[in-house]
Parts: sequence; structure tokens; C-alpha cells
Amino acid sequence: MSRSALDLWVGFFVAIGLASLLFLALKVGNLASASSTKTYTLQARFDNIGGLKVRAAVKSAGVVVGRVSDIQFDQKEYVALVTIQVDGRYRFPRDTFATINTSGLLGEQYVGFEVGGDPAALKDGDVIKKTQSAVVLEKLISQFMFGKAADGGATP
Amino acid sequence: MSQEPLVEIRDLNFSYDKRPILTGVNLTVPRGKVVAIMGSSGCGKTTLLRLIGGQVKPQSGAVKVSGQVVHELDAEGLYDMRRRTGMLFQFGALFTDMSVFDNVAFQMREHTDLPESMIRDLVLMKLHAVGLRGAHNLMPAELSGGMARRVALARAIALDPTLIMYDEPFAGLDPISLTIVGDLIRKLNDALGASSIVVTHDVHQSLKIVDYVYFVSAGQVVAEGTPEEIRHSTTPYVHQFVWGEADGPVPFHFPTRPYVDELMQGVKAK
Amino acid sequence: MVRFVLDALARLGAQVTGRIWRLGFAARFFLAILASSGTALRRIHLTMREIYFAGVLSLIIILVSGLFVGMVLGLQGYDTLQRYGSSEALGVLVALSLVRELGPVVAALLFASRAGSAMTAEIGLMKATEQLSAMEMMAVNPIARVVAPRFIGGVLSMPLLAALFSAMGIFGGYLVGVHLIGVDEGAFWSQMQASVDFREDILNGVIKSVVFGIVISWVAVFEGYDAVPTAEGVSRATTRTVVTSSLAVLAADFILTAFMFRG
Repeated sequence: MSRSALDLWVGFFVAIGLASLLFLALKVGNLASASSTKTYTLQARFDNIGGLKVRAAVKSAGVVVGRVSDIQFDQKEYVALVTIQVDGRYRFPRDTFATINTSGLLGEQYVGFEVGGDPAALKDGDVIKKTQSAVVLEKLISQFMFGKAADGGATP
Repeated sequence: MSQEPLVEIRDLNFSYDKRPILTGVNLTVPRGKVVAIMGSSGCGKTTLLRLIGGQVKPQSGAVKVSGQVVHELDAEGLYDMRRRTGMLFQFGALFTDMSVFDNVAFQMREHTDLPESMIRDLVLMKLHAVGLRGAHNLMPAELSGGMARRVALARAIALDPTLIMYDEPFAGLDPISLTIVGDLIRKLNDALGASSIVVTHDVHQSLKIVDYVYFVSAGQVVAEGTPEEIRHSTTPYVHQFVWGEADGPVPFHFPTRPYVDELMQGVKAK
Repeated sequence: MVRFVLDALARLGAQVTGRIWRLGFAARFFLAILASSGTALRRIHLTMREIYFAGVLSLIIILVSGLFVGMVLGLQGYDTLQRYGSSEALGVLVALSLVRELGPVVAALLFASRAGSAMTAEIGLMKATEQLSAMEMMAVNPIARVVAPRFIGGVLSMPLLAALFSAMGIFGGYLVGVHLIGVDEGAFWSQMQASVDFREDILNGVIKSVVFGIVISWVAVFEGYDAVPTAEGVSRATTRTVVTSSLAVLAADFILTAFMFRG
């Protein structure tokens, strides 16, 4: 194996190795979208975050506009404090509603932004005033059963 | 040129895992001479070479090369000493993944900054000295035993060493190669003005070419002298060795109880 | 009777202490390799030669195995997912299985048996034919010249091979899922892209393959260097390399996975 043939093969090997790494990073993973755009921080308080996890998506009109970066328990008010990194390209009005939704029926939970009409926009570090907590399945079922019992109490 | 011997061994004791290999060995290799170390297999001859080369340390005693105690040398000192020493290993120990040329050029490329053109001239010169200049492109696997031995010799003298050590250079060679290797050992030693140590049990070949002989048995030097003295020695061990006698101080039978007892045991068991 | 038990205990104790002593020696050997890596990196051609022997020559087995593993994942994954109506998540299943686990681990096991055993055999054989001793006598450090380039070559080749395995596997899963079974191509890729995270999944997979590369190369060169210098000794050393490095890779995989994917 002459020196130049060996160099050629090693170069080929390293090239296809790096190419497959690139393929994995860009086409398989989300490196392209997880670009280094500037983000700003918003916070929201929820009575119940349900199954929301860190790194869950934040969507508005169904488009991903940010990510949940931190979830803490607020000792003073006994609520959940969710920190969100929002993509710097998007601005939201001060009266934005933050809700916790489920994708599909039993899918993952994400934060949804529903916008109001306030001309002033949320700035870095602001707290979202209006929030709606996650729907807890057990409460929903007990509500349903309660309602059913109230309606047809005579039914055996 | 100083008259101090190149290699001096005094009261050397070496043991491995509490088993004594060498006991109270005294040995001298004068400058410019070829010295043979002879003895049957497993008597510690190869260990002596390793001690001189600094690969192992003695328990007590001193091994001096050019006046320096080998096991007290620091890394740099050991490096210098090894650069000036050439060694021919049993069966050659050529680097199997390199050609004959690269094997001989190895030390030049590792230890010197000589340009490739100069290295080429030197390598071909060394190979010419052992008669294998035409084989420089072959791989070690393509060489016969005798040729491999000669290439290893060329490699050993690559940097013109002052001390050359040979570990069983005659083992397993055909008669033609035996003569060639023997001649080369003597000629190269004289041409380079070096000193050589030949560890061997080939009596015939070595007595032809060496200046002095040491006989080692069970880790001790039992006899020494010039080839003439050795040939006419009356020491039983030396006599048995030189004349190839089947029985003598080195017994024919592996030590065990008498044969009669072994046979009678079978009888008694009935 | 008592003697028998005592003898057995003594033998066991000797075996355990023997192994611990050997582990210590292996650790010192590892440090020696790192210390003499300078030569292997300065004379890069030595290392490149080893990347060829360890990496390039493993390409065939890695690519073919990756393809088959990916195709099987496609088949098995679809079979299970379609029972819950989630067959569109096939891309996610194939990609995550490969990138997180199967890529690094299976590629490592294949590498250990192909390249690891070759490294051990080479070094062991050089020891048995006194080539290492000859090098030492020529004032060339055999660890720097023979061992370190092989170690570094192995460590550099492993992540590349794991990435190639994963990529081929995903392609295999795509072939089976989209073209053979009929899963929607758009859903296959888009769900995959949405669920596979670069930092969490891909980078962790790469870190795993680097760790595996270090483990396998270390075991391989050590067993070769420490082999009994006979034909039988070298063959036993190569067997030990494959067994020890495979077990070590699986154990390391568990530890790394527990750290990385605590969820």
C-alpha cells in the first residue's frame, strides 16, 4: 500500500464519516432550526402545568416560537413558575394568553400563546399576566361523572 | 585509543522471581575483540545480553559499558548508549511490516536528520557489505532464514556501533549461511573497529572467529580462555561441550529415581 | 476437606489479586500511552496508517451491518407502531434507536471484534518475535512508535464508524418503511426532525462512541503488549480483547445512558 493510496483512502473515510455526522445533525436532528438566533426570556405562572416538561415547545398559531427553559415551584404563591425562551424574531402583545395544550388526545403538552390586541409588546424579563392551566384528565372525568350524577340521579 | 575494556562485568548477581539466573559473574570484553559466551540452553546467556543492553537491572554487581554503569544511567544516557550499540536478535526480529530497505534505514530515520538521498546511499552500502544489496525491495516474509539473518546484521550495524551483540546468530542456518555469517561477524567487527559479543552454542563456527571464550553453566562462569585453550581444556564441562559428548557433567538422563526402583514398583504392586 | 476449601480460597484470592494487579498495570500503561502520544501526533503519517487499518478496513462490515439493522428496525418498528395507529412515528423510532444506542454500541462491538482483535494480534506478534525488544535496543520507545498510533487511530475511527452506522441504518429504515411498507415519506422525515435533538441525542451518541473508542483501543493495545510471547499466548490475548472490550462497552453504555438520559 503506497503512501499516496493510503492517504487517499484515509481521506475518503474521514470525509464520509464527517458527511454522515453532518447528515445526522441536519437532516435527522433539528440543528438547522435550533439556530443561534437571539432569544428573550418571558415568565408565566400556572396553577397546574400538568405534564409540561422543560424543552417543551411554545407555539403560537401552531408555529413553534420558543422553548420552555425552566420550570420552578413558586414558594410564595404556591404556583408553577415557567421560564420561556422566545425566538427574538417574534414580538407578542402584553395581553397574550399563555395556555397549556396537549398535542393530539394523549400527546405531549406544550405552551400555546393566544394573542390579544394590546399595542404594547412584552419585553425581555416580563411576566405573562393571563394564563390557563393544563387540563387534568382526572378532574375532567370526575366533573363529567359529577355532572352525570346531578342530571340523572334517579337512573338506576 | 584507551586500553580500558569496552564492557566490564563485576560480581554480577541476577535473579528473576527469586530464582537465581546469574551468580557472581565476572566478564571482560576488550576493545576491538570478538568475545564468545557459550553454554547450553537456559544457562543465562541471553540474560547477560539484556543486562548489558540495560533492558533488565541486576540485583547486585556492576555492568559497565565504556566505563559507565548501565543500570545507573538516566534516560538520556541509556539512549546514547543504545545508539552506539547494535544487536542481532535470535532469528533476526526484522520489522515484518517494512521492506528490507526500511528495516535497515529505520535507525537512521529515527535518530538522525540525514536527507533521504544520503540514507539511501548508506542503506545500500550496509546491504552491500552483507551481500544483499539486490534484495532491498523485498519484504521480510519473502526472505530465507539466512537472508533474514544477514539483513538483521546490516540493520544492527546501521549506525556504525562500537559494541555489537549477537544472540544465537548461527541458530538454524544451512552450512553456507553459517560460514557467511561467521565471516561477516569477524570482518564487520574489524572494519568498524568495534567490539563484539557472540552468544552461541555453535562451537565449530565460533571457535573459528572469536578472540576469547567464556563458558557459562548454571549461571556461573565455569571456564574462559582463547579458542586454543578451550579446545585443549581438561575441565569436564568444557570438554563435553566442545567435543559434543552425550554424557558428562551435563547428564544424559533427566534427574529422577533409579530405573530399578521404577520397575520394582510395578512388581510390588501385584 | 478443610484443606480443599482453603486451597480453593487461596486460588480465588490469588486470581482476584492477580486481576487487580493487572488492572493497575493497565492503568499505568494507559498513562504511558498518553505521555508518548506526542510522537504519534507529530508524525501524523504513523497514525494515518492505523486509521486506515482500523477504520477504512472496517467500513464494509459497518456499512452493511448498519443497513441491515436499520431495515430490521423498520420492519419491527412498523409492526408494533401500527397497532397503536402511530405508524407515522416510524422515522422517530428508527432514528432515536440508532443515534442514541444501536449506532454507538453495535458499531463498537463490531469494531472490537474486527479492529480490536487485529491490533492485539499485531502487537502480540511483534512481542513474540522480539520486534518490540529490538526497537527498545535501538533506543526507540515501542510504546510511542507502535502502541500510541494504534490507540489514537482507534479512538479517531470509532466516532466516524458509529456515525456511518447510524446514517446507513436510518437509510435502511427509510427504504423499508417508505418504499417497502408505504409509510408516508413526509411524515417519516418531519416527525424524525421534530423529535431528534442535536444536543440531547446526536451529541450524546457521539460522546458515547468516543468513550467506546477509548475503551476498546485501550484494551486491545494493552492485551497485545501484555500477551505471553508464544503463538498460544497471542491467540488467547485476542480472545480476551474481544470479550473484555465488549463487556466493558456494554457496561459503559449503561453508565453513560443513565447519566445522559435521566429523563
